[in-house]
Amino acid sequence: MNAIYAHAPGFVAGDRPKIVTSRFEYLDSYTLERYLATDGYKGLRSALSRPATEIHEEVKSATVLGRGGAGFPAGIKWGLTPQQVWPRYLVVNGDESEPGTYKDRLLMECDPHQLIEGCLIACYAVGLSQCFLYIRGEMVLAQERVAMALNEAYIAGYVGKNILGSKFSVDIILHWGAGAYVVGEETALIESLEGNRGMPRLKPPFFPAANGLYGQPTIVNNVETLANLPWLMCHGVAAYTQIGSKTSPGTRMVAVSGHVKRPGVYEIVNGTTTFRDLIYGDEFCGGVRNDNKLKAFVPGGGSAPWFTPDQLDLPFEASQVGPAGSMLGSGAVIVMDETTDIPAAALTLTHFYAHESCGKCTPCREGTTWLERILRRIVDGNGTDADIQQLLEVGAMISPGDFPHAANEKLGLTAVPFPYKMTTICFVGPSAFVPVHSALTLFRSEFEARVTKRVTIPVTAVGVGS
Amino acid sequence: MSRLKEANLKIAKEIIARYPRQKSALIPLLHLAQEQDGYITREAMVHLAELVGVTSAEVYGTATFYGMFRFEPIGRYLVNICGTMSCALMGSEELMHHAEKRLGIKAGGTTPDGMFTLAHAECQAACTEAPCLQVNYRYRLRVTPADLDILIDNLEAGKLSDEIPAHGVLAKVRQHIPVARAVGAIAPELVTQGPVWLDGKAAL
Ligand SMILES: Cc1cc2nc3c(=O)[nH]c(=O)nc-3n(C[C@H](O)[C@H](O)[C@H](O)COP(=O)(O)O)c2cc1C
Ligand code: SF4
Ligand code: FES
Repeated sequence: MNAIYAHAPGFVAGDRPKIVTSRFEYLDSYTLERYLATDGYKGLRSALSRPATEIHEEVKSATVLGRGGAGFPAGIKWGLTPQQVWPRYLVVNGDESEPGTYKDRLLMECDPHQLIEGCLIACYAVGLSQCFLYIRGEMVLAQERVAMALNEAYIAGYVGKNILGSKFSVDIILHWGAGAYVVGEETALIESLEGNRGMPRLKPPFFPAANGLYGQPTIVNNVETLANLPWLMCHGVAAYTQIGSKTSPGTRMVAVSGHVKRPGVYEIVNGTTTFRDLIYGDEFCGGVRNDNKLKAFVPGGGSAPWFTPDQLDLPFEASQVGPAGSMLGSGAVIVMDETTDIPAAALTLTHFYAHESCGKCTPCREGTTWLERILRRIVDGNGTDADIQQLLEVGAMISPGDFPHAANEKLGLTAVPFPYKMTTICFVGPSAFVPVHSALTLFRSEFEARVTKRVTIPVTAVGVGS
Repeated sequence: MSRLKEANLKIAKEIIARYPRQKSALIPLLHLAQEQDGYITREAMVHLAELVGVTSAEVYGTATFYGMFRFEPIGRYLVNICGTMSCALMGSEELMHHAEKRLGIKAGGTTPDGMFTLAHAECQAACTEAPCLQVNYRYRLRVTPADLDILIDNLEAGKLSDEIPAHGVLAKVRQHIPVARAVGAIAPELVTQGPVWLDGKAAL
């Protein structure tokens, strides 16, 4: 029942509904032959037999939430393209690099045709005339599997000119990156796809749906978001919304890593599955390693403020996790048990964001560097009590005002809801502060135990020689 | 010599033709140059600039933004050990120390025989299989120090050369669009009308 498929490293199957991982059990899940034998390209055929606007409406009423991080409904995003401006493009975000996140790579390696079919359905519904599938540079196998699948699909008539003999024609171009986390941000992705340095663009005023690739309307969607569409077309809106909750229908892929008994990637029921189910449930991770106590967990990728056992009963539902002080982000839960060195754990994330800062805005370029340096000083045992205050001050320059954190009964804290204010163009700057702030708010004593009292340098008021 | 060779030039032209604007092909072309020479040479950047119609300074500007591009020769095998949170929680620091001892170099260094370059890497999207590493971007999951020793032994003995080609070579399968099936890329300013399938009727 809880089979682990060796050819899909990390994926743990279960008896739950499967929307995007239904083919993972097959060794040859990535071939066209297997795809066609398991309802492949049926959703496309069904979509093409109806007018494009109808397909768009269906995706809207199914409330397919974006799985890339922000959780914005795909159908609504598609509707933000301005009328009568041509051409419009689709850019697929396969740059998965948020710490803790592991799902898009599996979807590309194990079921590339499902993603291709999803891209085609989106292009048909919104009138997007060319699709660029941007895969992270370091993912060689995903690039090979998608290339193989595209080559097969072109020859078989599923991609390219006059798809399935219809008037619908679209090219899907495989593109690949070269190592830069920030390129996952949609405007940076577009810059990178234009052959430039991958630095985010300022938005507002222009969002990609209105002004994106080459200044044209562009839809950027995550791999998992698009992978949902073939199933939706085959089974219909009612079947889709029957799974999950009203505001978060369907399933979502979640990677649980860190100190659990069975780390892995799970396709869970959206909206109702709780963090307790996920970390302790027998069909999921089966508890914390060695039956240790749970200390804290990251609920939605490295950029998400941390939760403690107080928040275990929250479900995978944005409308509950946001007010509780964090976000669901990219479907990545990182578990820390009682043996975890909290300042050191926070440092790994702050280092990540400091390293990945593109340098376009000063609060991020300078601030993340200082956060890392000061935190490292504390972790190395060279910090003073003034450093703790300094960390919070540097953070306030990146994100002024109240910063989100979880409620904590023991500490008498009430939650500050997500999101935060920021002085930067994108979320990389604040993300470097997230682990520092969470760790300091929830586990301040661990920092205090690490630092020495600052001795002020004595200054004499009397001038030398007088 | 470091300009793209004939066979690669052909691939480069096929790639460029897929984009509405030529500069978009730049990152795939830089990978092609790195595949040919193991790193990106100045001559290659000048050549790419000619191919996509930008200045070589622009090519350099783009190339230097991305961590995978190297501008000096490195080891035949680039060993990237992930050090981000999930891997760190599962012992990647110890793994890195072990690798440094075994190879006799510090993270960032290259062995004198030019076989290995060791590097600290950021999250590789295999967090549930921590600690993990990549050799020339091919994964090794849940790696123990003993696993690492065996891996190095095998690489030294040339036993993995089929699975793991020299640094620079990424996907061995490339996209190929048959001419008869291609829609073709059109510069955006030449498109004046919406797609034909948006006429309110079903396509099939
Ligand atoms: C710094 C940063 C990194 C991001 N990285 C990714 C990523 O790796 N993959 C992804 O799909 N979205 C990523 N996103 C979110 C994208 O900007 C975008 O919202 C998403 O691709 C939209 O797709 P969706 O609506 O289908 O979720 C990132 C955002 C930010 C701010
Ligand atoms: S916040 Fe950081 S990564 Fe984002 S645009 Fe500014 S400098 Fe670049
Ligand atoms: S943290 Fe190492 S692969 Fe994600």
